Amino acid sequence: MNLHRFLRLVRLGIKTLLLHKLRSMLTMLGVVFGVGSVIAMLAVGTGASEEAQEQIRRLGSQNIIINSVQPQEDQSVERVRMSIYGLTYDDERRINETIPSVSRIVPAKLIPSDARVGGRQMELRIVGTTPGWFDLVERELLAGRRLQESDMTGNSNVCVLTERSARRLLATEEVLGNRIRVGANYYEVVGIIRSESGGAAGGVQTPDQEIDAYIPMTTARERFGDIVVRSREGSRERSRVELHQMVVEVDHIDNVQSTALAIENMLERFHRREDYRVSVPLALLRQAEATQRTFNIVLGSIAGISLLVGGIGIMNIMLASVTERTREIGIRRAIGARRSQIVGQFLIETIVLSSTGGLIGIAFGVTIPQIIEYFAGMPTIVPFYAIALSLGISVAVGIIFGLYPAIRAAKLDPIVALRYE
Amino acid sequence: MKDIQTQTDSDTVTAATESEAMVRLEDVRKIYEMGSEQVHALAGVSVEFGSGSFWAIMGPSGSGKSTMLNLLGCLDRPTSGRYILSGQDVSRLEDDDLSQIRLTYLGFVFQSFNLIAQLTVRENIELPLFYLGWESRESAKRALELATQVGLEDRLGHRPAELSGGQQQRVAIARALANDPHVILADEPTGNLDSSTGEHIMELLRDLNKQGKTIVIVTHEPEVARWAHHRLHMHDGLIDRID
Ligand SMILES: Nc1ncnc2c1ncn2[C@@H]1O[C@H](COP(=O)(O)OP(=O)(O)O)[C@@H](O)[C@H]1O
Ligand SMILES: [Mg+2]
Repeated sequence: MNLHRFLRLVRLGIKTLLLHKLRSMLTMLGVVFGVGSVIAMLAVGTGASEEAQEQIRRLGSQNIIINSVQPQEDQSVERVRMSIYGLTYDDERRINETIPSVSRIVPAKLIPSDARVGGRQMELRIVGTTPGWFDLVERELLAGRRLQESDMTGNSNVCVLTERSARRLLATEEVLGNRIRVGANYYEVVGIIRSESGGAAGGVQTPDQEIDAYIPMTTARERFGDIVVRSREGSRERSRVELHQMVVEVDHIDNVQSTALAIENMLERFHRREDYRVSVPLALLRQAEATQRTFNIVLGSIAGISLLVGGIGIMNIMLASVTERTREIGIRRAIGARRSQIVGQFLIETIVLSSTGGLIGIAFGVTIPQIIEYFAGMPTIVPFYAIALSLGISVAVGIIFGLYPAIRAAKLDPIVALRYE
Repeated sequence: MKDIQTQTDSDTVTAATESEAMVRLEDVRKIYEMGSEQVHALAGVSVEFGSGSFWAIMGPSGSGKSTMLNLLGCLDRPTSGRYILSGQDVSRLEDDDLSQIRLTYLGFVFQSFNLIAQLTVRENIELPLFYLGWESRESAKRALELATQVGLEDRLGHRPAELSGGQQQRVAIARALANDPHVILADEPTGNLDSSTGEHIMELLRDLNKQGKTIVIVTHEPEVARWAHHRLHMHDGLIDRID
């Protein structure tokens, strides 16, 4: 069949379907819903998985993050007592020395502080850490430089600010080379990085925050010691924590789980209390993927059922249409139409019907995720292949469910069909 | 009439024309199985219709007229016997080949017109051309010619329902002519028309016959049958006589 005749058959199909507009529209509904939900499902799924990937990237997929956690009982006791908890310098050393799959470990002291520049003031989080931080927590360097080894050995009073801190504290002034005051000391700003702390990823806070100021670990130990005093509700709360956080880099992604387990076993042996938490971004990713799969199966089944129902609806209408048009079929056959041409005519009609339904479904499928994004705040992405797939599916539905009525039409004996009232 | 030789030995009747035979049936039988019973709708028919001849098949109800016309129209195959159409044995052809024969050599006119209600007059006339694979422009041109020939050139955009019975039958004739067939087969073409309209239709068919078309009509009306050159009388699945 050449293109010219094919197009004429398509035109004939459209014309025939337009004779019964309401019926045709109702017939399409199943496919519309089916295709709409397929695309919406894929859009939500892809959006969620992209977001999970992005979050994991922010946390570092080959990283394990260990945080000090103040035990519950310490939070409610007498304020005068000092709360001693968390990760220690020994923990850092032991993990580094005894777990072979650990390729690097970056410790951090996290000290909430007030910073001043001239009349401006802001709450900062002082992060005392090593230069390795910037390798493990990859953030874009916007200006200047990162911390380096010489800062460590010289106990230098330098800091790297996040973009936001820099803007708050130094607004219009020259940032690099300027100095900020924390407590009694001044720190020279040597660099600015972009913070990617975008809320908690799967319950894990990214290692960086938007209010960070990074200073050398050595400087932090010298200036702040291990005791943090915090004013809370009028009273002063003292705690002694050696390290607030460790970011562990594992040598290979396959070793992440086992390394996390080894670290947990080790910490368990040396800590009497559970004053730490080990977070594995990769595990969170896997968990998110598993949830996603379940979600996909449920939505996929719904989409599949609507398509099946839609297909059966189409078949039902086409069977009725064949009966209704028995005489037309007889006339066409008498004139010389071959059986295959009758099959073609009816099949094209169902395909036009189902693919029109598919196109409307695509329109819905592209719109619905936007609505979900707007109202539920879930990120969605309509992947291009979803649209191609949906069109393919709707054409397939037309063929699968149109074939039987079409063959029934073609099998009619022309003599009988011509006599049909 | 010199061009008919009647041969009444055995149970066959043969009519031959001077010109080459367009249609030849050789001992054609059509047997329907009705449960355990057999109905011999055609019980052994041999006849020849010459090229350009005009025949009327007559006979009482149930005598096998429609069966014969269906066979002649390649809508059905004989149980036994041979059917030679335009020199080609078409009695054992497959369905697709029969379609091709109908498309190339035959044109049908029915008692109830059998136009497709959803299509316009032009589209109905174009139907055979569509299956012949004509380009739409050529096809439209031909449809206009044919409509003009049957006097309906100003009705091309109308639907069949908007036309009178006689006009509908003229559309059907135009459609039957579209593929320039060798043979036009008409089953009671005037059956649904009043007598004066029927007369016009018969005039049209006679004109076509004059232009060289072989025409076979089934009718039980003697006034209609008079238009034909030959009348073939059927009885119980056999040819009773030819006059
Ligand atoms: N499809 C069929 N099945 C069974 N019997 C049939 C069928 N078609 C025709 N007949 C029988 O064959 C005989 C001839 O029928 P038909 O050719 O229609 O006669 P006519 O057109 O002269 O009235 C009748 O007895 C009819 O009942
Ligand atoms: Mg009959």
